[in-house]
Parts: sequence; structure tokens; C-alpha cells
Amino acid sequence: MNIFRGPSTLVLTINGERRKVVVEPHETLLDLLRSPQVGLTGAKPGCENGDCGACTILLNQKPAKSCMMFAVDAEGQDLVTVEGLVDAPVQRAFLDHFAFQCGYCTSGFLMAAQALLLTIPHPDPHQITEWLRSNICRCTSYEEILQAVREASER
Amino acid sequence: MTSVGVNVPRKEAPNKVTGRARYTRDLCQPGTLYGLLVPAHVAHARIRAVETSAAKGLDGVKAVITGDDVSFLTGDVIEDHPPLARGKVRYWGEPIALVVARDAATAQRAANLVRLHCDPLPVVNSVAEALSEHAPLVHDEVGSYTIATPPAAPRRHSNIADEANVTKGDCDQALRESDVVVTVHVSLPQIDHAAMEPRVATAEILADGRVLVVSSSQAPFEVQKLLAQYFHLHPGQIEVTAPLVGGAFGGKATVQLEILAYLASRAVGGHVVTLANSREVDMATSPVGMGLEADVVLGAASDGRLKAARLTFYLDIGAYADSAPRIARAIAAQCTGPYRVDHLHADVYAVYTNHTYTTAFRGFGHMPMTFAIERAMDELARKLGQDPLDLRQLNALAPGDLSPTKARLTSSNLGNLPETIQRLKPLIGWTGGAPYAVAPHRVRVQGVAAFWKTSSSPPNATSGAIVTMNADGSVNLSIGAVEFGAGTKTAAAQILAEALRIPVSRVFIRDEVSTATAPEHWKTVASLSTYMVGRAVLDAAQDVVRQLKSLAAVVLRCAPEDLDYGNETVFVRDDPTIQLKYADLALGYQYPEGDSIGGQIIGRGRFMIRHLNLLDQETGHGRPGPAWTVGVQAVEVEYDTETHQYQILKAATVLDAGRVINPAMAHGQVRGGMAMGLGIASREQIRYGPQGEFLSNQFRTYKVLRMGEQPDTYLVEFVTNPQVDAPFGARPLGEHGVLAIGAALANALSRASGLALNALPLTPEFIWQQRRTMA
Ligand code: FES
Ligand code: FES
Repeated sequence: MNIFRGPSTLVLTINGERRKVVVEPHETLLDLLRSPQVGLTGAKPGCENGDCGACTILLNQKPAKSCMMFAVDAEGQDLVTVEGLVDAPVQRAFLDHFAFQCGYCTSGFLMAAQALLLTIPHPDPHQITEWLRSNICRCTSYEEILQAVREASER
Repeated sequence: MTSVGVNVPRKEAPNKVTGRARYTRDLCQPGTLYGLLVPAHVAHARIRAVETSAAKGLDGVKAVITGDDVSFLTGDVIEDHPPLARGKVRYWGEPIALVVARDAATAQRAANLVRLHCDPLPVVNSVAEALSEHAPLVHDEVGSYTIATPPAAPRRHSNIADEANVTKGDCDQALRESDVVVTVHVSLPQIDHAAMEPRVATAEILADGRVLVVSSSQAPFEVQKLLAQYFHLHPGQIEVTAPLVGGAFGGKATVQLEILAYLASRAVGGHVVTLANSREVDMATSPVGMGLEADVVLGAASDGRLKAARLTFYLDIGAYADSAPRIARAIAAQCTGPYRVDHLHADVYAVYTNHTYTTAFRGFGHMPMTFAIERAMDELARKLGQDPLDLRQLNALAPGDLSPTKARLTSSNLGNLPETIQRLKPLIGWTGGAPYAVAPHRVRVQGVAAFWKTSSSPPNATSGAIVTMNADGSVNLSIGAVEFGAGTKTAAAQILAEALRIPVSRVFIRDEVSTATAPEHWKTVASLSTYMVGRAVLDAAQDVVRQLKSLAAVVLRCAPEDLDYGNETVFVRDDPTIQLKYADLALGYQYPEGDSIGGQIIGRGRFMIRHLNLLDQETGHGRPGPAWTVGVQAVEVEYDTETHQYQILKAATVLDAGRVINPAMAHGQVRGGMAMGLGIASREQIRYGPQGEFLSNQFRTYKVLRMGEQPDTYLVEFVTNPQVDAPFGARPLGEHGVLAIGAALANALSRASGLALNALPLTPEFIWQQRRTMA
């Protein structure tokens, strides 16, 4: 196990770009992504406790709550944030289904859904529900999000 | 109509699916200092000292402020609230100090070093305790506080912050003469708004005296007004910006963090300081939604016609009054639900407790009030053996009736509840409400409840709109309403596009609101924005059209009355080939010779609701809002009579929308409201420990609805009886999905279980306990 005392430098891939960053040992991955150093504010702090999913990103193609990981642990890993989605079907589907209101949860839902579709390209509604239970939306009825993900999986 | 009544996507939608939408916390500038609130871990105590020396000594700490440094009191209606606890702690989570440091980690380390020395006091842990004889007083000074915005009637030497009453006819006599009387006691816990974006505010004081505040606020103009008042500044000095807000639900209409952020910035020489709530602080320290204890007595004739109502509402407002007096009056004004009751006596008490203080919550008191009335209506239907929808239809208020506060009701200001009831029946496949078995121990049942709501806005609430035309004839729209998900900006753009007869894509509107550039808009609350902003936008559009025509009339050598407009042109009515493009007029008209006349087309519009007044303190008479929105909601559930678990199969709403500006957004708003209402009714609850400890400060302990827990089917329909003074007849509908759906669920489960389920949340455990108590 590594012990980190001061700032450390690490190399990781963010949205396809390899970069070198300096992080404090207490910094979460969410802090790092949102910091001026990286400047990707799409992942949102909603609880910073693993409960809401607003901070969800892809970590080696799997969904990860970036608030629950120390930045130092991301050394060498491959990260994708919502800013790294380019014309993903799930984005279009969220637009078409009005699958958000305030939009604060949207990045997290998109990334959780994207991870789902990468893992299970044609999920059934039960699988969609199981995967997206990790995230909270306070504005919509979830129905819109469910429909959007279903449609994205059919595209 | 080409823009109104159409599913226009939200203006900011592309930004929201790409992570490019910017909320307050996304705007942090380099060099920002971090503020952090230090919450008390005691609910009621006299403060001896708040020790800050160790925290101040920490490297990187710029300032530590306590209640000793802040002597003024704040409050929307009653000035009872020190920004930082002073003299006493009145709720668990109340901020006792504010740390400002170089970075978040240092601020946290410093906060851990702050020590509270205090003498604990007996805790007022419920409304019942607050009202008991010899109850400890949450505020010793109640009755001597300044009333900033009358009316409010605090009762000396008590825990009653305020009371509002409404009377009509002779209630006692009419109850004696009733054939059937039902009595229901309702008990609802405090709840949290749980917007996904925790509250955050940033403040900076510039060298020239200007104050820049950026806040996740529904009410930037209120922030400006109150900062000016508390800190003796000119309003013009203060610029409040509200970027996109990540959900609000009433919880961001009050002013709290902005005051603290200003104090923090002032303490560090005006440097920019940001104060972002953690989820825990957002729940325990910032205001929540009020709890309710209510006694409802309804008297009716044997045919079901209501004769009398005696209603008593006790609101658990927590430690400070905030908007409670206004909410108490809103409850009083609509206290009967949408029913005609000629003999009425209602008392609403706002009660201080040592719980987290409360503020507006989606529906402004109408949700808990509706729960109480609708539970009683269902018990009445049960007692009479009447169809619950028929009972509601029979008693529905109608044009020509008077509201509880004797406001005259018309078809325009009331809408049509009976029509919504008739529409609901086929929509949900109405069974009459009797449970029926579908398997061993499993029954299906439907439950219904109706609602009405008006805005309860102050009589001088104002709104405005400014339209500037670009060189190509497109327009920029500036309004003061905040975008927190309700689609306010998009609806305003649709209304402007319709009025100027241009495509919505030709209307540009900024995501954020700045008090320095946008026209004043009271607050983005009460589902009122489409009405207020919409009217101002129509006024501005008229101004634009008038300017276009008068300029075109000069160029085309005709009278402005000869002109009409459309297709981004102004043309002569009887010969449309004689025309000018909007683009030719937008920045003034230039003749072929080069000389020019006119100047930019700049339209301005404004709106103020007319004929409102404050309720009379004695009789409670008055007109609380411009119009009501009425509707009916229903659920169908499958209930296990052994485990008391249940599944919501259908949830339905039919409301009188007047006219729907954007059907997709309107359906989404109503469905989202139902989901929230069902979450509140089925699982949400702020729990306090025996010493008033706030026990529900995370989503692990405060459970909201998650995917898979929503109803299998949502059904939403609108009937459309226009509100004639509203833009295109559209009635407010943003809050309404939440109002009666919880009551409908309680009614369904009461019928299924044979119990009277009059408290929330309706967990299987709670139903089981009720059963045991009955047995
Ligand atoms: S912020 Fe990471 S799960 Fe809520
Ligand atoms: S859209 Fe607001 S929380 Fe999901």
C-alpha cells in the first residue's frame, strides 16, 4: 500500500488525453476533475458521500462515483467524464425524452447509462433500473430517464 | 399558434447533456477563499463562549467569525434570526461559527478546532412539547422582535411565532346541525427539499464598493434587497447573479448563505469567498420544509353536502420564523380545499421548536394542508358510503361562490374541478375506491384527492421584460426569473416568439439572471413565472411591435394602423408586397442615400398583479392570489395485507391548466411533482433524536425515491378553461403535481388496510404499528 504525505504527481488519461496532474493526498477524484487544473465541471458534487451519483464518471469503462475515490488512486487509469461524450445516443435520447429539468443530476445519469450500455448493450428495463438506482433525480419522475435509456439502447 | 402549445426543447438543454451547463459551484474563480459553517451539535443551549483561538492559529486560516461579531437579526417577516448563533443555540446544526481559509481542507481542519462552551437547555422536540404548559421557550424575546413585513402576530411568552384565523358563518351551530361529523388528526414530519445541487453562495466586495454575489438562489432580487437592508448598502451597489440552479423547490427562495458569504468576504477585506453547503449542512443547517399537526372536523348533511369545518393547524416551523407567517396565511386562505363550506372556523399556528428552521416548500403549505383536508374528505365519504369522487364533485367550489377569505370566484380565476374529476374517471379506470382481492393477501385499491392552490404572493409583486433586437431581426430577451428546471426561460421565449410571430429559435435568452441587468422579478416561486413574466413579455412585445410599426410607417409613408406584421416583416395590410424586414428596422432604418432614422428597437414590458390584498388579521378576509389552479389526483396500489408492503401501479393527475404553453415540459413538471409527492408520502421524514439531534442528514438516512420505486404508469391530462388575464390563458402548474398525491396514497392505503392512516410517511412498518394499535 502506498502512503502519500505531500502533493504527488500522477499520470492518467482523461477523455482520451494523457495528462500529468499534481494532487494532494486528501483530494478526491471529483475534486481533481473540477479543479482549475483539469477544469471539467460536468461531474457534480451532490452528496460527496457515494449516495447520489451526480459525480458519476467512467473509470476504465465502468461507472464510478468520483467522490468516493482519492485522486491518487486514479494513477494510470482511463477516465471519461460527460465532457468526453460526443454525440452518444444516450445524450440525444435524453434530449428527445425531456429526461431532465434542472439538469444537475444529468451528467451522472448519462455516465451511468453510458456505462450500462457499454456493458450490456441491450438491457431490459429491470437491468436499467438496477444500474440507475445508484443515482438520484429530484426533478423528474424517472419515467423519462428510463424511456431515454431504453431508446438509446435500441439505436 | 406556432410557438405556444408546442413541445419546444429547453433552451439550455444541449448544455445540460454535455456537462456545459454552469451552476454556481462551476464558476469558481482562481484565488477564491473557502468559507465553512461550523454547526452546533446541540439543539438548545445557552452559549457561554465559542472558542476560536486554535482555529484562528492554523496556517491558511484567514478569519473565524462567530455570533459575537454579528449583532443584527434577519428574517423575511419576523426578525428573529441571528445569521450565526448568538446568545443561544436553537437547533442542532445551527451555525455557531464561520471559518474562512485558503482551501477547503484547511477550512475543515479549522472548523474541527472550534469549541462551543454552553449550558444545555431543555429541548422543545415537537409541536406538542412547544404548546405544553411550562414549555421551555425557544425565543425568550418572542413578541418583541421587529416585524419586517407585516402581518405577523407573535404571542408573548409562548412558542407561537404567529397565528392566522379565518371565520365565516357560525361554525359551532352548523356542526351541531350536521347529520354526519368526522374528526381527523393528522401528523406530518418535517421534510427536506433535497435539491440535487446543495445551496452555495459566493461574495466579493470590490474596492469601489460594489458587492458581487453569485448564488444558487430562486430570489436574487430578494438577496439584493436584504443585503442592502442588513449592511446599509445602496441596492445598486449590489449585483446578485443567479446562474442555472440545480433544483430549488422553494428551499432556495430564502436568504441565508448570501448573508454569511458577505460577512465572510467582509472579514477578509472583501476578497472573494465561496460558501458551499455539504449535503449534511444543506439538510441540517439550511432550512427544511415544515411539519404539521392538524385537527380537522367536517360536518355534512346526509346527502354529503358540507355544512361546516373547524380546522386547526399547528406548523412545526423549527427555530426561526422565516416565511412561516406567510405560509400560515396561505394555509388559512385555502384551508377548506376546493370545497364550498359556508360555516368555517380555522386557526393556523406557526410554532417554534428546537428543530431546523423551515421555509417555503413546493406548494407553500398547500401540500400538508391538502393532506389534512383530503384525509377528512375520504373519511367522510367512507362514513356516508359515498363514492369519494362524487363527494368531491358535489362540494366543489363553483363560479359565484366565495373563497374561505371571501374572495369572489369566477370561471376565470377558479377553473373547473368537476371537469377534472369527470376526466379522471376514464383515465384511471375508476373503480369507486373499494378494495378488491387479486391474490391471497393481496388487494388492489384506488385512492383519490383533490387540490387547489393560489400564489399567496405579496400584493406588490412585480415583474419585467426587456427585448432588444439584433441586426438580423432576432431578439434578446432579458427577464429576472431564474431557471431551476421549471422551464421558465423557455416558456418566456415561446410567449415572445408567439407575440412577435417569429420562431422560438430567433429568441435568445441567457441562462443566468443578474440583478444589475435584468428587470426586477419578485422571486421565481409560486409557479407564477409564466403568468407574471409572461404578461411582462407580452407587454414588451407590444412595445416592440409599436416601435417597428411607427418606424416602418415613416419609411413606407403610411399610418402605423395600415401596417401588420409577420414572417419577420412589417407590411401594408392591403398590399403585403410593400414591406420592410425586421432586420431593416432593428438598429434603425438606413435610407439608400445613407441617412438613417430610428435607432435600436428596444421593447420594455412590466407587470404587477392587481387587486391583491393582505388578509385582515381579525376576520381573515382578503384576496390571496390572482387565480387558483384546481385538479384531482389518484393512485392505484397493490397492497399486501400481511406484510403491509405495497406497490404503486398508477399515479394520475388531471388539472385545469387553462392552456398549456409547452406540453412536454408541463407533463414532466406534473409527473416530477407526483414522484416527489409519492416519495414524501411513502418514505421521507426528518427524524430527531431525544435531544433534538438531527438524524437524517444524508441520503442514507433521508430516503428519497429512486429509480424502480416510481409508479409503473403515470397518467397526466389537462383540461383547459382559460384564465383570461394570463398569457394565452395559461394557469400555474409547476408545483401542483405534488399537492394531493400523498393524500391520494394515504386514502388508498387506508381503504386497503381498513385503518385510518393519518400520518406520514406511509412505511410498511408504520402501517403495521397502526394495525397493532387497533388490535
Ligand atoms: S457526489 Fe458522489 S455520489 Fe453524490
Ligand atoms: S433534473 Fe434536477 S435532479 Fe434530475
